[in-house]
Order: sequence, then structure tokens, then C-alpha cells
Amino acid sequence: MTTRKQIILGAYLGGVNHQTLWGLPESGSQIDFSSFEHTARTAERGKFDFFFLAEGLALRERGGKIFDQDIIGRPDTFTVLASLAAVTEHLGLAGTINATFNEPYELARQLASLDHLSGGRAAWNIVTSFDAFTGQNFRRGGFLDRSQRYERAAESLALVRELWDSWADDEVVADKASGQFVRSGDVGAFWHSGPQFDVRGRFTVPRSPQGQPVILQAGVSPQGRDFAAASSDAIFSPFTHLPEAKQYYADIKRRAVAFGRAPQDVKLLPSGSFVLGDTESEAQEKAIWVREQQVTPQTARVLLELVWNRDLSDLDPDGPLPSIEPDVAAPAFIQGRARLESDLQVWADRLRAVAAEKKLSAREVVIDQFTRAEFVGTAQQVADQIDEFVQDDGSDGFIVGSHLVPTGLDEFVDKVVPLLQERGSLRADYTGTTLRDNLGLPVPARVREPARV
Amino acid sequence: MSDTARLHLAIALDGAGWHPAAWREPHARPSELFTAGYWADLVRTAQDALADLVTIEDTFALQSSRFEGPDERTDQVRGRLDAELVAARLAPVTRGIGLVPVVTVTHTEPFHVSKALATLDHTSRGRAGWQVRVSAGASQAELFGRREFPSFAPPIDLDDPAIAPHVRETFEEAADAVEVVRRLWDSWEDDAEIRDVATSRFIDRDKVHHVDFEGAQFSVRGPSITPRPPQGQPVVTVLAHSTIPYELAAQAADVVFVTPHDDEGARQTLAEVRDAEVRVGRSGLPLQVWADLVVVLDTPEESGADRKARLDAATGEPWFTDAVVVAGSASVVADQIAAWHQLGYAGVRLRPATLPDDLTLVARDLAPELRRRGLTRPAYDADSLRGLLGLPTDVPNRYATAR
Repeated sequence: MTTRKQIILGAYLGGVNHQTLWGLPESGSQIDFSSFEHTARTAERGKFDFFFLAEGLALRERGGKIFDQDIIGRPDTFTVLASLAAVTEHLGLAGTINATFNEPYELARQLASLDHLSGGRAAWNIVTSFDAFTGQNFRRGGFLDRSQRYERAAESLALVRELWDSWADDEVVADKASGQFVRSGDVGAFWHSGPQFDVRGRFTVPRSPQGQPVILQAGVSPQGRDFAAASSDAIFSPFTHLPEAKQYYADIKRRAVAFGRAPQDVKLLPSGSFVLGDTESEAQEKAIWVREQQVTPQTARVLLELVWNRDLSDLDPDGPLPSIEPDVAAPAFIQGRARLESDLQVWADRLRAVAAEKKLSAREVVIDQFTRAEFVGTAQQVADQIDEFVQDDGSDGFIVGSHLVPTGLDEFVDKVVPLLQERGSLRADYTGTTLRDNLGLPVPARVREPARV
Repeated sequence: MSDTARLHLAIALDGAGWHPAAWREPHARPSELFTAGYWADLVRTAQDALADLVTIEDTFALQSSRFEGPDERTDQVRGRLDAELVAARLAPVTRGIGLVPVVTVTHTEPFHVSKALATLDHTSRGRAGWQVRVSAGASQAELFGRREFPSFAPPIDLDDPAIAPHVRETFEEAADAVEVVRRLWDSWEDDAEIRDVATSRFIDRDKVHHVDFEGAQFSVRGPSITPRPPQGQPVVTVLAHSTIPYELAAQAADVVFVTPHDDEGARQTLAEVRDAEVRVGRSGLPLQVWADLVVVLDTPEESGADRKARLDAATGEPWFTDAVVVAGSASVVADQIAAWHQLGYAGVRLRPATLPDDLTLVARDLAPELRRRGLTRPAYDADSLRGLLGLPTDVPNRYATAR
């Protein structure tokens, strides 16, 4: 019997961006718990590995005013995930949490608590920010230099892991007869001194069911790739076209091996949306309609303002791209939204090249460049696309989501999931109890440096 | 009996109960203290007691028999989970009862605290509260490595220049933190989300506000990333033992938990709290003052006093704590509660000496006794914690009214 690679599936709930269509009659609340519960239960019905929640710690602004045309507003990540633990049984609960505006002691405590409260289903997508705009919401402000962000992330993660390992697996004895509750008098002791953190004391949370909650990261630059390959369990791959994806896949696995890990110990997961139809042409038509809804003329202008860094209110989106050059020196016109390219001139030139090559209007360029990768077709075609991509080592799976919240995932689970299961590429039922079990990841042995208090 | 005169009932949950030997009791579940199922069972029992709310104890410090810093003991419960996340885990599986975790403010970000509690209010559909707590000790500061705090131990002498400014500053910072959290809760007006397809506007940006707080320890611009919680302002509580914390409560909280030991102390404490309200110029509703009582109730087999003696024997010493320990029958304990209610206490927060035993006894004997006397509510009759507590359920938004 040939064993097929098992597809890893994550489910994201669309939120703060132009991809989620809030204006449709069937679109639901972005904050009511029922939306999160519905999506998570649907993902669990489809035997997904995990539910994924993004984060942004400041409302976006345009020209100093709060952004009003996309969805804004989201819940606290940890709190929603802990509540979702109560209404799901097997689904991993993954959250994006910023290592710049959170201290390791608190992060380690919250993640380990979530792992206990969910019976071993917690995952952390570690991100950093060097953004002074976001910093205005926090005690320390925008203290972190861009060049230090990997250093901060790496040391934060290392320290969080030391804290998770500060209790032995068998530390809690709880023997009523002898009266011994914990094994050691210095339970939870830790000491860490580094360039970013100088901390010591006792950690309060016993080692959690996964030992170490699952770590997710994104990494594209050589430094980012190394950090991710060395220290994460899964990586968000930005590549959804097979040739680049295969290269990236091979590169990350090679780097992981160089760090002494097995290639299968790090999973690669691009994200993508989907549009299904009863026929291919119906799906294609719907996909075009969705893109036009996502990139309204107004949205096209705003996304170009992100690149040009200036007010483009007068731009005709059906005409050409702005002839003026980006204002690279001005403070950010759009705040709180990541720039996909740090050099605005390079970015603008790339859009111009795309426009010239494909003969596109400004809005069409935006649709071409800012649309998430998507699977479009009949359920059978989408199942084929996903399965082939994974079997060809373009990735180990996908994080999928819909332009429609909260019911968009239903269609995928009802129609695509059974086809993937029929092929033997997706589990018919959960086999493990923890997220690590379901992802096929080993439980890391406890690493204990002698406490030097 | 009117709502304002009704006696409120809270259950304070911590580990295996408040007595250090509680975890060794036959019904104790010490190996399950870090599981969701244990906590869910406790809160459901508190729900059976028709308690207004449960508080869930927390601190960044590992439990210790010392006032400051860890000890080396292995014979008592050590370890705890993050209380706010425990509350969040319980929200979907409980009904009616308020969920009030301790969330500390000294080493945390007010922005995170605000959105966490706002989200708890969303996932519990209006049942969130907050017990504000400070972390004044040096050993907790070392967990974060960002600030150096002086070491000190009780009795805390507020005339000692090495300590007094630090304690005052810690509480002033806590008041600032609550102010920021409250402003952020209001930073979205209730009707900010408009989804106006015609004008392509998801929100009315004039109804989402920067909070622009500037204080001695931090500045926070806002707005929150989380829309206004269902209660508008979730319920804020403080446990307080002396003047400075009374003032924090008077300034920032809806409910204060206090620890009188006898009738005379109960009168005096109440007067001190009312003085603190005058000093800080509290406006609006007076602070609700609730008394903390550790309860060790009679079982059919064993009196509360005998149980207390047996628990003390297990640790080898009589146990004292900040709150009064009341041992006896449901009727005796109800007498004391009724007497303090007469003095002007709006509620009591019961700390079960053992879990689940004393909580089970509260639900089976004491809570029904209080209901029989007409002191407490006969059923959950409001759909929010504010509603249960008789606090206004339509809280004006400071930014809407300022417009």
C-alpha cells in the first residue's frame, strides 16, 4: 500500500483586511463568539488540524484618521482561543501573538495555560513588530529597532521555552497520604540573562500536555528562514505557485536538517482562499465577482496609497497607475498595515511593470497583486489542486479560509474534505489527542539548564 | 425586597480551597487542579448556589508561605493557571453566573488587559468582571526584569520612606491602569459598526475614539482593537485591606471586597471605605462593599469546627489568614452574614476552606438558607453581571456623551 502524504489543514477566520466581504447579506458578526464557534466547529467537523487567529494591535489609520472601509475590530486572541477550547475537542488552537509587546513570562504562562485548558491544543504564531505607531498603545512604545526584531523574537522564544521546561513532567505528585504536593522545593525555578531579557524567579504553570505548545512562524529572508527552520514546528509559506513553493520547501527542510532536525519536524503551510462552483466556469465567474467586491474602486485607491505613501483620493482607479513617484520620505500615510515591500519605489516600479505587461488599469493591478492565492473550481478540481500541491512537495498542507464569515468554510468541509478523505490524503478521524499528535510532531524532551539563582 | 437591598453572593475560587491542607481532603482533586474539567465542575456548583459571581485567584508569584518571595515547601499546592483564560474556558459552559478573574496591573499592559476582559465579556455574553490586583513585590518584578522594586515585608509602615512612596506609586499606577482599561472599553461606541454598503463604510469613524491617556508610568493612545463589550463596562472589583487600596477601590471599582473580623471591625471598615469615597470624590453610585468570609461548614458527620481543627492538625499549626474564618452550621453562618448585611454590606464573598466540599455545602445548605430568609435572589434574573449586581445596564459611553 502506498502511503500518501497527509494534508495538514488549518482554518483562518477572515478579519481585518479587504478580503472579507462584510457587505453580503449572509455575512455575520466579526466579534460575536458565535462566529468563532461556528468556524471552529466546522473546521473540526472537517478534521482540520487547527483554527488560526491573526492579530493586529492597533486600528489602521489613513492620513491620521481611523480606517473605515474594511472590517476593523477583533477580539483578544488568547481569550477567544480559550473559549473555543470549550466548544471543540480535537482542533488545535493557534494564535498570532506579538513578541515585542508581550513579555516572555506572561506569554509562557498564557500559552501553557491554554495548553492545559485545551488538553494539549495550543499553538503560537510568533511575530514581532518594530512599529512605533502600534507602540503608542503600550508602555514601552515603539522601542524596538527593526534590526533587533529577530534577536528579540529568538530570545523571547528561547526564554518562553525555558519557562515551559521549568517544571519536570512528573513534578506534581499530589499524594494525599504522604502530604507531598510537588517533588522539588525549587519547583519552577528559572534564571535567564541575555541582551533582551534579564529575569529570574519561579514559573507558576506545570509542564503542559504538549510539553511545548506548537510554534508557527513566517520567514522569507535568509535570516527569517534560518530562525524558522531552527526553531519552529510549522512555517507559513508565502509561495503558492508550485515551482517557487517547491524550492522554498526544499530550502527550509534542508536548513532544518542542518540544524539537526528531521525534515518532517517542520511543516510548511501556505494560506489560501477558495471559490467553489458546480462547474469550472461558474466558479471562475464567482471568483471574478468576489475579487471585484473585495477590491472596490475605493479599496484600490487605498491599497495604492499604501505603496505610493500619499493621498490618492483623486485617482481614477479605472485609469492608469499614478504617474507621480511614491513619497518615500514622508511618514506613513497608511498606518498599522504591513508593507509587503520595504522599498516603496521598488514596489511601485513592480506594479508599473505588471500594468505594462498585462495592460491593466490601476484597479486591475491591485486585483492582480493584492488578491490572496485562491483555489477556484469544482470541489473535485480544488481537491485535486490541493492534493497535488502537497504530494508534489509544494507544502505540507494549507491554511484555508473564505471571503465569507462565518459560514464560508462550510462549503469546503461539505464538498472538498470528503474528496480528500476518499483519496486517503486526509484523515477520516482524529487519531491523536494533542495538536502535536495530529500534526505528527514529536514532543520535545525537557531541556533543563541548571538553575543558577 | 428591592434589588439594591438584596444580598449578593460571590464564591472565591483558588486551587483546592483556601486552607493549606485542603488538597489532602478525601474529596479533593489535587491532581486535576490544572484541568478545565475541575474548574467547570466548581463553577457549576457555584451556579447551583445561584452565586452572583465567582472570582478566580491569580498572581504572577508562585504560592509561598512567605509574604514575599518563594519558599521551598513541597507540602502545599504550588502552581496555577492564568485566571483570565480559566474564565474564558468556562464562559461557554456556564450560564447566569459572573466570571471575575484576578488580572494584575503592575507588570501587564493595560491595552492587553482591556481587550482580554472585553473579549471575555463577549464570549460570556455579558458576564465578565475583573478583580484588579497589584504586584508590589521585588520578586515579581524580577520575573519581568523591567523594573527594580524594593523588598519589604509586613507590617507595612507607610511612614517608612523606603517603602511608602513605592506602595503609593504602585496603587496610583493601578488606578491609572483601570482608567485606561475603562477608557478603552468606551473607545468604541455601541453603534460604531454601521456596515453601510452604499458608502462602503464598515464603521462610522466618528464613533471610534483615541483615548490619549498620559500617566506617570505609561501613555496609551487607543482606540481598543476590540469593540465595546456587551456590558459596556464590565464589573470592576478590588480586594482591599487598608487605606490606600480602599482609595483605589473608591476611585476605580464597582465592588470592594473587605476583610472585617468581627461586628465592630465590620462597622469600622465600612466607615473607612465611605471616608475613602469622600476623599477621592467618588461620584455616581456608592461602592458596593462585600465582606470576605472563609467558610468551614458543618457536614452531617463532622462539625465545621472539628473539620477546621482536623485541617489545622494536618499542617501542624492553626491557620490564620487575612479574612475571618467562620466554622459552623449553615444557619450560624447565615446569621453572621445577615447581621453584616444589616450593617450595610451589599454582599459577601465566601472563600471555601476546601474544594469541592465547602462549596458543595454552600450550594446545598448555606445558599438555600440565605434564600429562605429572603436575603438572596431566588433565580438568575438578569442577563448580565451588571444586571445581577443591580448596576445600571445601560452605561453611558464617556465619548458619546462628550460629543
